Amino acid sequence: MKQAAEGKEQDTSKPVTSIGRRWGMVVDLDRCTGCQACVVACHAENNIALNLEDVVLQQRAINWIRIERYWEGEYPNVKARFLPMFCQHCNNAPCEPVCPVYATYHNQEGLNVQVYNRCIGTRYCANNCPYHARFFNFWERDLDDTHREYLNPNVTVRTKGIMEKCTFCVQRIRKSEWERRQADEELQDGDVQPACVQACPTDTLVFGNLEDENSRAAQLAQNKRHYRVMENLGTDTNVIYLKKVDPHASETSPAHAGTAADAGGNSA
Amino acid sequence: MHERPRLTPIQINRDLLRSVLETPLRFYVLLLFLMGLVGLGVFAATLLVTYGLGVTGLNHPVFWGFFIINFVFWVGISHAGTMISAILRLTSAEWRRPVVRAAEVMTVFSLLTAALFVVLHTGRPWRTLYWAFPYDFVRGIWPDVRSPLVWDPSAIFTYLTGSILFVYAALIPDLALARDKTTGWRRIVYGTLCLGWRGNARQWKLLNATGLLLSALILPVFVSVHSIVSWDFGMSLVPGWHVHIFAPYFVVGAVLSGVAAVIALMAVMRSLFQLHDYIRPEHFDMIGRLLAVVALAWGYFYFLDVVFALISKEEAEYEVMKLRLSPPYLYLFLLMIICNVFLPVPIWLFRKFRRNIPIMLLTALVVNIGMWLERFLIIIPTLQRRHPDAFAWGDYSASLVEISLVIFSFGNVGLLLLLFSKIFPVIPIWEEKEGHIWKREFRIGKLRLPAIVRE
Repeated sequence: MKQAAEGKEQDTSKPVTSIGRRWGMVVDLDRCTGCQACVVACHAENNIALNLEDVVLQQRAINWIRIERYWEGEYPNVKARFLPMFCQHCNNAPCEPVCPVYATYHNQEGLNVQVYNRCIGTRYCANNCPYHARFFNFWERDLDDTHREYLNPNVTVRTKGIMEKCTFCVQRIRKSEWERRQADEELQDGDVQPACVQACPTDTLVFGNLEDENSRAAQLAQNKRHYRVMENLGTDTNVIYLKKVDPHASETSPAHAGTAADAGGNSA
Repeated sequence: MHERPRLTPIQINRDLLRSVLETPLRFYVLLLFLMGLVGLGVFAATLLVTYGLGVTGLNHPVFWGFFIINFVFWVGISHAGTMISAILRLTSAEWRRPVVRAAEVMTVFSLLTAALFVVLHTGRPWRTLYWAFPYDFVRGIWPDVRSPLVWDPSAIFTYLTGSILFVYAALIPDLALARDKTTGWRRIVYGTLCLGWRGNARQWKLLNATGLLLSALILPVFVSVHSIVSWDFGMSLVPGWHVHIFAPYFVVGAVLSGVAAVIALMAVMRSLFQLHDYIRPEHFDMIGRLLAVVALAWGYFYFLDVVFALISKEEAEYEVMKLRLSPPYLYLFLLMIICNVFLPVPIWLFRKFRRNIPIMLLTALVVNIGMWLERFLIIIPTLQRRHPDAFAWGDYSASLVEISLVIFSFGNVGLLLLLFSKIFPVIPIWEEKEGHIWKREFRIGKLRLPAIVRE
């Protein structure tokens, strides 16, 4: 971790001691149907507290991944646009330098990791995250025996007063790594699938090593339609979105949807 | 000072030690009332620690609420101490004498209260120690010095240490006096605390040197503390907080609220301990002049803050400012501007009003309401409209727990001040006497000219 901090001073765009790995995600908005399967899978995989009605009304719902829905156009030509939003694992993350106790930092694999044991709950990181991707446990979880049955044993159950967010299912990365190491092999592209990627029926989400030029994610990231959300903030995210291409797009369409100029682009 | 009545040293001793040596009924009434407020706070804090931050009104976009507002507010109040004592001591302003100690003590107590709110803010106070005191030496995990939240405790603890030294150094001669006037166990306590003060020439010389040295050393801290508090906001990526004028703007705001709080404290002390001969209208007059300037400076900074956002129309910041300037926040905004500038400044411009103590007390309270609202308007609407692209805008309304804890903070500072006034003289007796000794009157023809003669 000490090395991590030193390395970041020199070059923020590359992961620190390069071990040849920078995990990233490519989100093809052309394929997203807004079905929310990723949201459900994420909840099941990561022991996220149930968002019951009262919690939602308190505006304290925890969704490591959420589908942002934008309405476009005037009635009757209204179109829904979907944008899956989760922790962007920024290489130059606004949440990291503001944490006084290093509860969130950048690891050697380009992941923005959250250390629950260090977190003291200042909530500064959440304020500073432009993507609203960080969530705070306002209440202690009330787990009865039935609930305990379906907890994922590989993921910590967070207590009250802890900040949490998307980890790119780091437990799955570690598991795949371990399995390959047992067989004395290198980690292959496609070995690791976070829960959301696994659940996505339309192959919208593609996870992989962006350092490896031959990985599917890195290939897709070269696509002409690629952009990153709020790139102007200089966060240098590891999540790359591919614009939605809409042949019927009006010229006044908002920034998130494809514009007329992009309409002829190569749709994946 | 011009209106200083002729008082013998014996009279001064009797008047200023009265609050220590006698305990009237109203002391107990006030004590019970303030303890009630503190008890309310303890109950609310217990709920908070037991059930977690769910009992507050905080939610997903609005992660910081009343606790941080109150933290900034009390750090602001604490600026009065140095403003009054250090700056006025260095510039030898004669009118400072009766107010220095009360202001310094208020600095200490309001800083302690402010620090308490940071601890409450995390919801798990026992974990917070790890933040300010890095105990995990073994694994080499130190606080991240890039975080403004690490600069904060450094600044505040430096300021707190300096202020405590300041109060204590100036207390020593008075403690010696209290030792001489008391018997029994109190004599032993005061005798120990006064560190063997005998009042010889060498000790006086050392005390004066200490006072000047501490004043000079604490001045940079005074500027840095609220600058650093403002950087909690200014160093972030949040539109509406990421504003470059925050540091001087916060410092000026802190001086405004702090000095106004000193006025309120002086007015209360004057009637509670019957100090009419010591805290006189002329003191309110001088502080009123100071405040008129500070309030106008604050107004200028606030004007810049608003105008920068409105004219540059940078999308995200504009959105925040639009929310701040539309109902219901518009009403709070107008109330704040009226409370901080439009109501008090015209009052402070007239000598007649400046010398009217009830009116000055009223303006002091009004300014502090305004300054509390200012912090509210900086923190809450900004978080509600954080980054217009994202899908998570929200509302905030404080819960009863948060409101109780805000009430508690006032009760807490009041209680600590009351207990202090019971144990130590609230007006520096030796400084008062020093002023009397230096006072001279010159006659030029028929005119009598009051003056201060220094060695």
